[in-house]
Amino acid sequence: MKQDPLNPRLDLDVIADLVTPGSRVLDVGCGDGALLQLLAQTKNVDGRGVELSQSGVNECVAKGLSVIQGDADTDLADYPDDGFDYVILSQTLQATRRPREALRNMLRIGRHAIVSFPNFGHWRVRTQLAIKGRMPVTGNLSNSWHDTPNIHLCTIRDFVELVEELGAHIAHGAALDRYGSPIRVNAPWWIWNLMGEQAVFLLERRAPQK
Amino acid sequence: MTNFSHAQQEQNGSAGKTVTFSSDQGLLTDGGGAIAPLTLAYETYGKLNENKSNAILLCHALTGDQYAAGVHPVTGKTGWWDAMVGPGKPFDTDRYFIICSNVVGGCMGSTGPASINPRSSKPYGLDFPVVTIRDMVRAQSMLIDYLGIDTLFCVAGGSMGGMQVLQWAASYPQRVFSAMPIATAAKHSAQNIAFHEVGRQAVMADPDWRGGRYLEQGVRPEKGLAVARMSAHITYLSEAALQRKFGRKLQDRSAPTFSFDADFQIENYLRYQGLAFVERFDANSYLFVTRACDYFDLAADYGGVLARAFKETKTRFCVVAFDSDWLYPTSDSRSIVHALNAGGASVSFVEIESDKGHDAFLLHEPMFNATTRGFLESAAAARGLRDSLK
Repeated sequence: MKQDPLNPRLDLDVIADLVTPGSRVLDVGCGDGALLQLLAQTKNVDGRGVELSQSGVNECVAKGLSVIQGDADTDLADYPDDGFDYVILSQTLQATRRPREALRNMLRIGRHAIVSFPNFGHWRVRTQLAIKGRMPVTGNLSNSWHDTPNIHLCTIRDFVELVEELGAHIAHGAALDRYGSPIRVNAPWWIWNLMGEQAVFLLERRAPQK
Repeated sequence: MTNFSHAQQEQNGSAGKTVTFSSDQGLLTDGGGAIAPLTLAYETYGKLNENKSNAILLCHALTGDQYAAGVHPVTGKTGWWDAMVGPGKPFDTDRYFIICSNVVGGCMGSTGPASINPRSSKPYGLDFPVVTIRDMVRAQSMLIDYLGIDTLFCVAGGSMGGMQVLQWAASYPQRVFSAMPIATAAKHSAQNIAFHEVGRQAVMADPDWRGGRYLEQGVRPEKGLAVARMSAHITYLSEAALQRKFGRKLQDRSAPTFSFDADFQIENYLRYQGLAFVERFDANSYLFVTRACDYFDLAADYGGVLARAFKETKTRFCVVAFDSDWLYPTSDSRSIVHALNAGGASVSFVEIESDKGHDAFLLHEPMFNATTRGFLESAAAARGLRDSLK
């Protein structure tokens, strides 16, 4: 699939690459169903979605996707253990009320969790705060501080720390540039945390849950 | 499938299509009764395709009937789902073969308490067996067998119709390709039972009810049934809709009369609803259909775990709730969705914004319309249905 440099959701292709063909996938915060559709077309997955907005759910249902109106904070608790191979949360973690609970539920419901989020450690974000003394507004984080759904922003390092706290294993991690393409350099974490505008992680449970 | 050598097809004027299953093919009810012979009145719209893969069964609500679309031959009004059923509408009669039958226990041509009891040659009255939602669905399956249809492309319905949809999906999973339970619940709540009981007591308190034997005595408990309908009608609306439509507006007068006349428009409206209802509905039928809803608790048949009712189902579900519906609130639909999820079913769920209360599913709600259309189209693609039969 050729990428449109103006499409801010190029992380979808990166996520799709992490999914094994034919698997069962739950996309939490699936929006208009673009990722689920991509996964159905390219990976032949059995996909399900959860989306908060009525218009998003309607678009998904009209596309033939199985999507439920709900959100990551309140509805994940009702899913049984091990129902899916992958649970995906793309560009939604920062908008959840309890990111830690959301992650924990994802790792309970799916054998793998895939999370993408805007990196608050990016140099552009840092300079806006450090030099201008203003809350950062960037291409990925375009809302002003008083009118944003993004209530739990974090940096790549913050996220990695939370994953370790939850006892999960990072099977794959990538920092993405502003267009969603992976930064293809072997660099230490602090470089990624500085240069990546977004990040995508594939997580696994470290040990079988009791 | 049942052998229908004794089933009789009849066409008799305003009752539309009917089929009668003879004495040895009647319906054994959950309560241990038997309804034989059993007549089912039904209506169809559109054409059944060659491989019989485009049939949709619509299940009507409490006081609905088989006339889902077009002009109702008895009331002269449009059918209960005319907003949704017809050429080019979501339940597209150019594309699908739509079946709708009057429930057993009803009063629009199917066997019910007003039918003649073959044992006494008098109307059944309260001797009619108490029927359940599952009995209604079993009767419908006999009709579907009779029509020679193996798998229904979709079973859809709201309220009591939605309960039948859930029962269909649980009882005959292999015969239901897709299902739309709308504004409904997997069990009747205490509040729902309470409202129904008020209605039934209103009917029974009418001296003309005569212990259910009013037909033989040439009277009808119209006042009681009208009161039952008035109280029920309030539960179908929302506070916001009542306020918007009526508020405290007075009926054809500029000042209150300080009497018990229908001073307020809302009173006049409810009285009209009550009167219109008694013209088309049998009071005993009302007792039986409300009772069927009260007994509905799908999980109870599956060890109390609703998810087990849908275990390993291949049916595609689309569950719809309306945010102002307080009779079958969104939480009821969510319980269904959770059970379907737990069973690993393919399920979509939408809560439609509307201030019209429970009745919203019967009205033209553009978002509901779009959801239904999208769901059916995707299911049709999965089923390999061609775009049109034309």
